[in-house]
Formats: sequence, structure tokens, C-alpha cells
Amino acid sequence: MDILVTQVFNGLSVGSILLLAALGLALTFGQMGVINMAHGEFMMAGAYTAYVCQQVLGDAGLSLLVSLPVSFVVGGLLGVLLEVTLLRRMYHRPLDTLLVTWGVSLILQQLARDLFGTAGVDVPAPGWLSGPVEILGFSFPRSRLFILVLAIVAVVAVTLLLKLTPLGRRIRATVQNRQLAESAGISTRRTDMLTFFLGSGLAGVAGVALTLMGSISSNLGTSYIVDAFLVVIIGGIGQIKGAVIAAFVLGVAQSWIEYSTSASIAKVIVFALVVAFLQFRPQGIFQVRTRSLV
Amino acid sequence: MTALLRSRYAVGIGFLVAAVLLFAVAPALLTTFRLGLLGKYLCYAMVAVGIGLAWGRGGMLTLGQGVFFGIGAYLMAMHLKLADAGPGGVPDFMALISSDGVPGWWEPFRSGAVTIVAILVLPTLLATLLGLATFRRRVRGAYFAILSQALAAAFAILLIGNPTATGGSTGLNNFKGFFGFSLRDPANRQMLYFIAAGVLLLMVFVAWRLMVSRFGELLVACRDAEERVRFLGYDPATIKTVAFAVAGMMAGIGGALFVPIVGIISPNDVGVVPSIGLLIGVAIGGRTTLAGPVLGAIAVAWAETTLSEQFPSGWTYAQGLLFMLVVAFLPGGLASLVSWRRRRSDTADPTAGADPEPAPAEVLAPAEGRTT
Repeated sequence: MDILVTQVFNGLSVGSILLLAALGLALTFGQMGVINMAHGEFMMAGAYTAYVCQQVLGDAGLSLLVSLPVSFVVGGLLGVLLEVTLLRRMYHRPLDTLLVTWGVSLILQQLARDLFGTAGVDVPAPGWLSGPVEILGFSFPRSRLFILVLAIVAVVAVTLLLKLTPLGRRIRATVQNRQLAESAGISTRRTDMLTFFLGSGLAGVAGVALTLMGSISSNLGTSYIVDAFLVVIIGGIGQIKGAVIAAFVLGVAQSWIEYSTSASIAKVIVFALVVAFLQFRPQGIFQVRTRSLV
Repeated sequence: MTALLRSRYAVGIGFLVAAVLLFAVAPALLTTFRLGLLGKYLCYAMVAVGIGLAWGRGGMLTLGQGVFFGIGAYLMAMHLKLADAGPGGVPDFMALISSDGVPGWWEPFRSGAVTIVAILVLPTLLATLLGLATFRRRVRGAYFAILSQALAAAFAILLIGNPTATGGSTGLNNFKGFFGFSLRDPANRQMLYFIAAGVLLLMVFVAWRLMVSRFGELLVACRDAEERVRFLGYDPATIKTVAFAVAGMMAGIGGALFVPIVGIISPNDVGVVPSIGLLIGVAIGGRTTLAGPVLGAIAVAWAETTLSEQFPSGWTYAQGLLFMLVVAFLPGGLASLVSWRRRRSDTADPTAGADPEPAPAEVLAPAEGRTT
């Protein structure tokens, strides 16, 4: 029982990080069909922003709270820069955006190595996040609970934004039918830019969360990006609820298989499971029903 | 380009020039060391021929060619290690790590014949299985690309996670012989180069025959309008799987020759980053053309060696910039400049210059797919 609870909690914890990483992807991939391989590096940029904040401010607790919005903006601005300079001209070639953003991610990684060194840097967690907390006789690390809460808050915020705000309506309209949205007077270009800002900003927030998990280095993003994309694929393109379910299922499955076999075997089994899952639902858990052939 | 491909005459001259360059000019001009480097580039070029077929002609963006390359390479490396250890012997790195002896699944590869058959069959088989599993369910485009990338990630982690069987992150290295020939002897190293050059030319020939065949036409049709191909009564899944399997086989052979030529194989050569790195040469050379991927891969590998020798971090920036600029602004690669010039000089021929833009159907697909 003890092991079960610990494993499930570990899974939820891994899942909440995957979810933070995948949430932004689900937006950009879902709306524009853009496969942003630099998303992981936006996470890295968020993590390094948290590091810089802490170096400047000194106090761990204050800097964590400050770095959340700052990283959101840093990630978002990087995303807008990428969208305006490169991706805007490539919407009719979605597969090629993958390679272009891969080039961006290579450059950002090398830049991080040149700026912050190849060795990882530590961002110490504030006192109120270190140590475990006792719930029902089980002890959970506070930092992981914080990440879980952060992920839930992010999901709720994005869901409300999409459902209630004018921007959310414009985003949903553009996702559902770009041409029709345009003819209804929505500036899809502006919407695209804002979506990219939002999605990339979420990557920055995910980066801050990662600083609570351990030291950060230039290859921080690469270790999460593949899994985050798998979450988006399993969840179904552009589906927030799909991403939520997929992230937690993948997280729990991974930590459970990891526990019963080994980390390396777990990766292979999870990959096989994803391919097997796509045999049954090639469009993910939730799919937008359509009469279109493709 | 299609017209050029069809002209046996032009392709024949191309092959002749390539053969003279590879078999006469290069060995005469280069030192043994540089010739070995060229041999390494040729191995990458073999993978590139396959990528050109799968991605350029078939529209399957495969980010996992490192897996097939790695399977071929590790199979060959296992055989070389076992052969070095002698009959019944234990390879040196294994003896260092554990005292369990050789794992059971290594044993068959003591035989050279089994190894060669496995190198030809296993990557092809894996590519076929993955192709059938995805293409039959109409998983394609970005989904396929990400799945192939996940496969590469899992493969590298699997290799690193089992150091007793695969050498872990150090990989397998320090090979002494190659099917009875000492790898220390410069003459034998030159022989390996000639083998690689011959195999590469053979692969390009096979790719050319496939491209101009009915199969090649169907493959391009699948890339451009898969639904129409299906309406015409063909099965796009089979066509794409065959192309993907051929690409996997070529990558496997490239990996197998890479090992004796370079002398080391490690997860650093087969993971996500090197797998995607294999694509840039293809993109620069011209993904839809016959010679473009080969020339692009050789040029990129050469540039990597030259740049890394002088500026260690410079190459990463250069590679990133190449990906950004070439794919965004010159999707047809350098070959599209050549065919553009030809179009200008010979506007009467509408077939001159394969359309470098990917398929309109493929492109519209995501937008239409989300239409409710």
C-alpha cells in the first residue's frame, strides 16, 4: 500500500511536469500545426530566468514567486520572436517547422552553454518548499506538491481563458476553421501570435517548476520534449482535457514500469504502448469529429 | 529534375564521374587518414540516400534513422568484438565490467555470416513493423515524425542503460580486425573505403531505379495526395512502408560499415540529436533529388569535421543556422537553384525542376482535419 501510494504520487508528479510542458505544445501544435522543437529550450530559458532572478534577488522564496511571471514573459517573447521571424512564413509547410525550430533549439542550447557553462547550476528551493509534508500518514515532498498545484492552476487558467475571454473565443474559432474565422473579422495573424506567446510562456513557467526538481543545464529541454510531444499525440491535437489525461496516465505508467523494471526498459515499453494505443485511436483520446478525408 | 532522372544518359555520366572521383581521384590525393574520414562521410551518405527516398520522395519525415544506423553498427561492432576475443572468448570491455561472460543473445554474432544477414534483415524488419503499425492506421506527418523521434530516444536510453551488454555511454570501440583483416594495416583501411564507395554507388543506383519505376511514381503520389492514391485502388500504407524499410536497410548498412571505418560506435552516434543531424545534409542538397542527399550529407559531414577542428562550439551554431535558413528559405535545397537556372534557360520544358514545395494536400490536411 505504501509503495502503491508513493508510486502513484511519483507518477502524478512526473505527469504534472509533463502536463506543464505539454500544455503550451497542445496550444501551438493544435492551433497552428506548428511543431515547436524549441519548446524544450523555452523551458530551459524559463529555468535559467529563475536562476538569474535568484542571483539578483537573493531571497529564494521571493525570487521563485517573481520568476514565475518573469519566466512566462521571457518564454512568451522568445516564442513571439520565433513566430514572427520564421514560422509565419511556413504555415503551409507544418513538417518543415519541425526542422527549423530544431535549428533554433540547437542554437539556444549552445547559447546557454556559452552563457552559463556546461555544468548544471542549482536553484535552491525556498524554505517553505523543502522537506516533506505529512498527509494521512504518507509523506510527500513539498516541492512536488507545489509543481502539481502549479500544473492544475495552469490548466484551469488556460481552460478559463479559452472558454470565457474574447481571446479564447478567437483562438477556438481559428482552431476550428481558420478561413471562416478570418471572414468573421478575426485577425488570425494576431491570434496566432498571441497563442504562441501563451504557449511559449507556459513553457517558461514549466522551466521554473523544473528548477525545483534538481540542477538545470543546457540539455534540460531535450529530456522532456519527446515525452511532452507524446502527451500531445495521445491526448489528441489541440485538446486540453486530452493532454491532462494523457500526461497523468503517461506519468503514472512510466513511474510504475520504471519501478517494476528499470528506467531504460520503461522508456521502450512506454514507446511500445504509445504505438499500440495509436492502433486503436490514431487521432488520440479525443478527436475532433470531421467529415474531412484526411 | 524528373526529366534529368529519366535520362539514362545523364545519370550514366553522373555515375561515371562519381566512380572516377571516388575510386581514382580521392585515393590518389588524400592521405590514409583523410581517406578514412571520407569513408565515414560516405557512410552518412548511405543513410542520406534512404532519407532522400523516405522523406524527399515519400514525405515521411523520419527523425529516427539513427536507430537503424545504430542497429547495423552495433551488430557489426558486436561481431568484431567477439572475433577479436577469439572462439569462446569474452570481449575486453565485458570482462572489465562483469564476470558473467557473454550474454546469450550475443552468441549468434560470433559467426560472420549470421551478422551480415542480421545487419541486412533486422533494421529492415524493424522499419517494416513500425511502418505497418503507423501507416496502416494512417498515422502520418508530424505524428510519424515524433514517433520516430521517440524511438530514437528510447533506443539511446536502452543502450546507455545496459553497459554490460552494449558498453553503455562509451559504446564499443578498439576493434582489431575486420573479418580476418587487421584494421591496423593501411591497405586494409583503404579496402574498407573502397567497399564503402562501392556500396554507396550501388545504393544510389538502387534509389535511382526505384525513383524512376512505377513504385517511385506512386511514392511521390502518396506524398502529394495520399487520398487520391487510395481512391485509385493502391494501398498507400504498403508503398510507404516499402520505402521506409528500404531507407532503414540503407541506414543499417551505413552503420555496419561505419564501425570498422571509424573504429567506435556509441549512443552519441545514434540518439535523437545525431538522428536529426542526418537530415540537414539531405535538406541542403535537395531532398527530392537523387544526388542532392548524397552530396549534401558528404558536404555537411566534411564541414562538421573542419569546423569542429577549429571552433568546437562553432559547429553547433552553424548547424542550427543551416537548419533554420535552408529549411525556411530554400526548402528545395541547393538542387532547386540548379533546376531554377535550368527552368530559366529552358522554359519550354514544364517538367524541369521537381516542385520543392511539399504537397498541397499534405499541407492543407491539418487545417481541414480540424474542421468540424
